[in-house]
Amino acid sequence: MLAYLARRLALSGVLLLGVVLAVFLLHHALPMDPAAALLGKNYSAEKAHELREGLGLNDPLPVQFLRYLGALSRGDLGRSHVSNVLVTEELKKALPATIELGLTALLLAILLGVGLGILTSLRPRTWWDVGGLTVALVGVSLPIFWLGFLAVALFGDNGALETRGQALLASSGGGWFPYSAGALGGLLLVSPLMYVGKRFWAFLGRPAGRVLLGLGGCALGLGFVHFLFGFSGLPLGGRFNASVWELNTFVAETPGTTGFLLYDTLVVGRDADAFFHVCSHLLLPALVLSSVPTAIIARITRASMGEVLVQDYIRTAKAKGLTGRAVVLKHALRNAAIPIVTTIGTQLGYLIGGAVLTETIFQWPGMGRYVVDAILASDIKPLQASVLIVAVSFVVLNLVVDLSYAWLDPRVGDARE
Amino acid sequence: MSSPSDLTTGRRLLRWWLTFLSHHRPALVGFVLSSLILLVAVFGPLVLEHAPDTVFGRFEPQGAEHLLGTDSQGYDVWARIVHGGRVTLWIALSSMLLSLTLGTIAGAAAGYLGGWVDLLVMRGVDFAMSFPSFLLAMVAIAILGARLENLVLAVGLVGAPIFARQVRAEVLRVKTQEYVTAARALGFGRVRILFRHVLPNCFAPIVVLGTLTMGSAILDVAGLNFLGLGGDPYTTPEWGLILKQGWEKRPLGNLQVTAAGLAIFLTVLGFNLLGDGLKDELDPRTRRR
Repeated sequence: MLAYLARRLALSGVLLLGVVLAVFLLHHALPMDPAAALLGKNYSAEKAHELREGLGLNDPLPVQFLRYLGALSRGDLGRSHVSNVLVTEELKKALPATIELGLTALLLAILLGVGLGILTSLRPRTWWDVGGLTVALVGVSLPIFWLGFLAVALFGDNGALETRGQALLASSGGGWFPYSAGALGGLLLVSPLMYVGKRFWAFLGRPAGRVLLGLGGCALGLGFVHFLFGFSGLPLGGRFNASVWELNTFVAETPGTTGFLLYDTLVVGRDADAFFHVCSHLLLPALVLSSVPTAIIARITRASMGEVLVQDYIRTAKAKGLTGRAVVLKHALRNAAIPIVTTIGTQLGYLIGGAVLTETIFQWPGMGRYVVDAILASDIKPLQASVLIVAVSFVVLNLVVDLSYAWLDPRVGDARE
Repeated sequence: MSSPSDLTTGRRLLRWWLTFLSHHRPALVGFVLSSLILLVAVFGPLVLEHAPDTVFGRFEPQGAEHLLGTDSQGYDVWARIVHGGRVTLWIALSSMLLSLTLGTIAGAAAGYLGGWVDLLVMRGVDFAMSFPSFLLAMVAIAILGARLENLVLAVGLVGAPIFARQVRAEVLRVKTQEYVTAARALGFGRVRILFRHVLPNCFAPIVVLGTLTMGSAILDVAGLNFLGLGGDPYTTPEWGLILKQGWEKRPLGNLQVTAAGLAIFLTVLGFNLLGDGLKDELDPRTRRR
């Protein structure tokens, strides 16, 4: 066990060193000349040479690498050419934004994915199963940036586009949100009927009957929402609306704030309205970002649970009279957990990649957007710093996932010797 | 249910293919979907009414003249989407083939030769996979420059480690089979054994992975283009770029975004359905379920 831990830690250490080296070399691989970028219009070959000498870019690579390591150990990530702001200052804003979005999405993905997976594995070869598998398949096939567009079109406050002077088509005001939410709510409302009502109305046992009931529920919800029609839709982008809340100044001026707006508004500011305001901005991007992980986690959970549920100890657990919930959660899920945890670990990488696209759609001021802007503006230091941070956190998170196996399955440490 | 690896003639392969599709309905749907889209991409431009770079009025509504209207540059959106299929699928296919070739060479060398080659290749694979793949592709684009052709290289290189890992595992499995021992006993050379006996029997998982990679390559290519790390959105017809251009001109470009996204979604769905079906059929681990 201890040997496994030690080996895993050593491997991560080597990987981290490799990551730092690769990021350092990135500086030289990029087709961007820092001297040219700094000089701008005043560029001349002589000045550029002088500046390179001053920046130490003409020294041998190992010397430069040691200097880079030294700067890293001081927490110095350099300065952006474009904004002339310290990279660490910009990261202080971007990093919490991405972590907040990513963690919310991961949490949603675990809840929805594991839930969906358990649900489908308990009823194999039924409409539930087919429906769950379809959702999972569609989830991995949807381009996340298109899903973001659809989410904005369906649930977003598209009336807000009008104020930007772009609206010719969105002149109806409001979004589709009230209607889609109403239909969904109505469907959820009548769904218990599909179970309970089956005993009384035979037609509910047939797919056609269920579809009919579902449509009825949608219609009911639509009518209800149309009657109320108070809400125009979710915000289109950003972490908050600056014209409603001065959250930036609040975060900058209040001691104890972290940049994680959920925490800042709820714990530091104790402002419920601001908290819900932030939530309303977080909901759509997090849901969109969680689509792929949800689908993959659901698939793995279904497969893994399917293998466990036919085991003898599950029959034993049922035979000794345990409730269904205890059997599923304690006996089955824990034994099916390792592939699920592995998948959650690999999805972290997906979340980072997907965050770039999601942040672009929702104008989320996070790391993903920061990397893209750095690439588009040929800004070396921010690019280097963000690649470094993402890669390092990825290595560390994978280490945590690997170590969690040992906790989930005590045999792991021995088996891997 | 026989695997194609023991079939040599085209006719037997065709018969296996037809039996597979006839009893695996999702795979049939996926095959029909992806081949339809491929056909439209290949032959569609030949029968189109408008060229993708003929300028009409800006934002003309959809109708008989323009099936999906025109975009902010006055181009016919439907023509651009059909031509975009060619571009997107061509880039995705090339990058997938690049991943497949590189990965197969590296994986076969690692698995077959073993020793320090194996160690070197697999540590390289571990290292490459310690970065999120989409980020790696973005960095590759930053190094190579944001151009359409460079997408092939970026997405292809990033996809190679997965192939290498899979091929290596498969080569290690096949290497221990009796027919390889028999070939060695007959005195065949190492290269001949690798190409005639080992690699042909690793075919099945490579095909499965190739089909599934096609889907993810399309998503990656379109995604990179959407971010502006590819071609020029105002001249190149490519699905991700068409989507980006429409997105920037919301809400007038909404129809354009919907159509381009739907094209990407259906194509990826087709390849994923087909790939999953092939996996069910060919992978001995999933077949028992």
